[in-house]
Amino acid sequence: MCNESNGISFDFCSIQGIIGGFLPESLDWLVFLLTAITLSFLVINALVLSTAIYTWFERRVLGRFQARLGPNRWGPFGLLQPIADLLKLISKEDLIPDQADRIVFSIAPVVFLVPVLLVVSVVPLGGDSFLGRLNIGVLFIIAVTGLNTIAIFMAGWASRNKYAMLGAMRGVAMLISYEIPMALAITAILLISGSFALTTIVNSQSVFFALVQPIGFFVFFTASLAEMSRTPFDQIESESELGSGYHTEYSGMKYAIFQLAEFMAPIVTAIIITTLYLGGTRGFDPIPGQLWFVLKVFLLVFLMLWFRATWPRLRIDQIMSFAWKALFGLALFNLVLLTIEVQLLQDGEGKLQTDDLWLMSAINWGIALLIFVMMAVFKSPNRHGINAQVSSTASIGLKLEDK
Amino acid sequence: MSMPKFTTEPVTINLGPQHPSTHGVFRIRISFDGEDVVDAEPVFGYLHRGTEKLAESRTYVQIVTLTDRLDYVSSMSNNLSYVLAVEKLADIKVPERAMFLRVISAELQRIASHLMAIGFWLNDLGAFATPLMYCFREREKILDMFEMLCGARITLSYMRPGGVLQDAPEEFWQALEVFLKEFPGYIHELEDLISGNEIVLARSKGIGILSGADAVNSSITGPILRASNVNWDLRKADPYEIYDQLEFDVPLGENGDTFDRYIVRILEMKESIKIVNQCKENIPNGKIRESNVPFFIRPPEGDAYASVEGPKGELGFYLVSDGGISPYRCHIRAPSFINLTSLTDMLKGWKMGDVINIFGSLDVVIGEVDR
Repeated sequence: MCNESNGISFDFCSIQGIIGGFLPESLDWLVFLLTAITLSFLVINALVLSTAIYTWFERRVLGRFQARLGPNRWGPFGLLQPIADLLKLISKEDLIPDQADRIVFSIAPVVFLVPVLLVVSVVPLGGDSFLGRLNIGVLFIIAVTGLNTIAIFMAGWASRNKYAMLGAMRGVAMLISYEIPMALAITAILLISGSFALTTIVNSQSVFFALVQPIGFFVFFTASLAEMSRTPFDQIESESELGSGYHTEYSGMKYAIFQLAEFMAPIVTAIIITTLYLGGTRGFDPIPGQLWFVLKVFLLVFLMLWFRATWPRLRIDQIMSFAWKALFGLALFNLVLLTIEVQLLQDGEGKLQTDDLWLMSAINWGIALLIFVMMAVFKSPNRHGINAQVSSTASIGLKLEDK
Repeated sequence: MSMPKFTTEPVTINLGPQHPSTHGVFRIRISFDGEDVVDAEPVFGYLHRGTEKLAESRTYVQIVTLTDRLDYVSSMSNNLSYVLAVEKLADIKVPERAMFLRVISAELQRIASHLMAIGFWLNDLGAFATPLMYCFREREKILDMFEMLCGARITLSYMRPGGVLQDAPEEFWQALEVFLKEFPGYIHELEDLISGNEIVLARSKGIGILSGADAVNSSITGPILRASNVNWDLRKADPYEIYDQLEFDVPLGENGDTFDRYIVRILEMKESIKIVNQCKENIPNGKIRESNVPFFIRPPEGDAYASVEGPKGELGFYLVSDGGISPYRCHIRAPSFINLTSLTDMLKGWKMGDVINIFGSLDVVIGEVDR
């Protein structure tokens, strides 16, 4: 696995090399184990820490959107707020409802958290990802994120609570529906890059795929908003309807794990979108790639926050019809369009040059704008008229003078 | 061999009394078939404080403080309705300046109440807290003005039989002028952000329709009735205080869906601004309270009913006097309570998300429902 040297990078092979230097060769298995533990430790802690900072960021930004201050008491600018939150959560009593299925109830938070952490290990944060060059990175992401559905259903079913059950049912229906356009949008990326490996996908983005296939980007971004159930697709929790959705019955540490995974989801989603559509670590030269990566992730996270702060929630049937009638069709159309273009433009070895990608961008943006304008003009029912009248008198035929 | 018959049965959910969207301690027992509402039954009484019975052992002036706690987001309208009933019963004349002050404060209260209705309705739609906070920012200015008027912000007790507690201080008029100048721009901003929002429209147009005939038959009043295109406003139909001297319009919706209820409230706020402007221009000098009103009012034997167009609908007080210092019987016609009568019919057939949407659009305050 680790034959070639990758120079200075932060992946499985280089860490294995460092640890191997201290131990005799006969202890290969120990070196492998230690490497794995080190790597997991790094990935998990980096993510948990960034999630902590993200919760602070989200609450501050939401505060600004809502004409208030947000947390500002504990630490400079309230930066230590996540620690206070965590201390509060773990000091709460960990309740399991009497009628709940204890085992499933206890496992569900972990099942919910693990896939989110796993996804990051394949993302190339520098030249390589933590796991080196996993050549089926995209498949890995699709497969692992699919586990979330099961976790949500486990939590909802095991709680023996009607609200949790309703939330879980909605969750399963919605998440499965949105996985399809998401996977179709990714297929279009594979067409251009010709590889499942995320490193190759990043390298082939001499033009960002968000530019090459705007429809695919739109579909993927929208579907991933639904996948992590953020506004306007937050049906699974829908605070004003279901109390708290599938984790209504959770408290204490288990609830903390759910919250951790939920707040981690925007970061991880932004990381995936950055890798697939915004060129990952690519950028202009004086600034290192890692910084570009963080910048893009930050922008995407901010965009999601903006949605959350300003949009109401769609109803469940509207969400489902949006997935099947709009996104599914768009994703299929995008796939066909890209197939035709790749077939026409590729050279003898099946490669696409930068000029070809620019040409495709121009064509696709034209088509995308045309589609969105057409949808706005023809599809949308005319709901904008405000039909209120004003009357200067008030009478429905009753006379009150002689009462 | 025959297949076993596959049957489903509806799930019954207790929405409340502890629920983020029931606006207090209110319970709806709903039967769902999947996501669709099969049956709904409102259950209330959790906040019952026996206001009507308490009123029988209070003097007429003391009861004003009880009325504050009915619809606790629009105390001014409650005060107004009650003192009107007492004045009718005891035949007390009110100085004109007091009438103007009463109308100004009642209309400001209407704006505050509508702001809360719209904010919480959008909160129920899932726009979590942002529109609510914007509405509260403006409501805060009104509460500040009330504080200048009478020292309280929520439970105001500003009005008295025969007038008002005290004259408005100079700073109140300054604050009012700034508010009247800024508020139309704020309504415009709110409309810009919400009335054209595609998701709000998709969630509210054609949802929870209440036909005009149904609304009249179930005694619904206020913005909900007018949203169903029934032209009925007590300020026009049976003018009290100085409303017959003022020029304003009555906004009407067309379809009676939740969007119309929202837009009627927005337009009513604009009309209220008009009314307050006219009152501010024309307010006469003079007394603010009739000086010959005794502390213990002893109305002659008899009964009286007075009602006002409150923010939620027709708010009426029916008082019976036996000649003593406290009423023999006090009955309150609470609009929030009566507006709930057709809730079951409005909810049937809609989805879970719409339940919250429709209930939110009714703008119910539990303090008034349970009394």
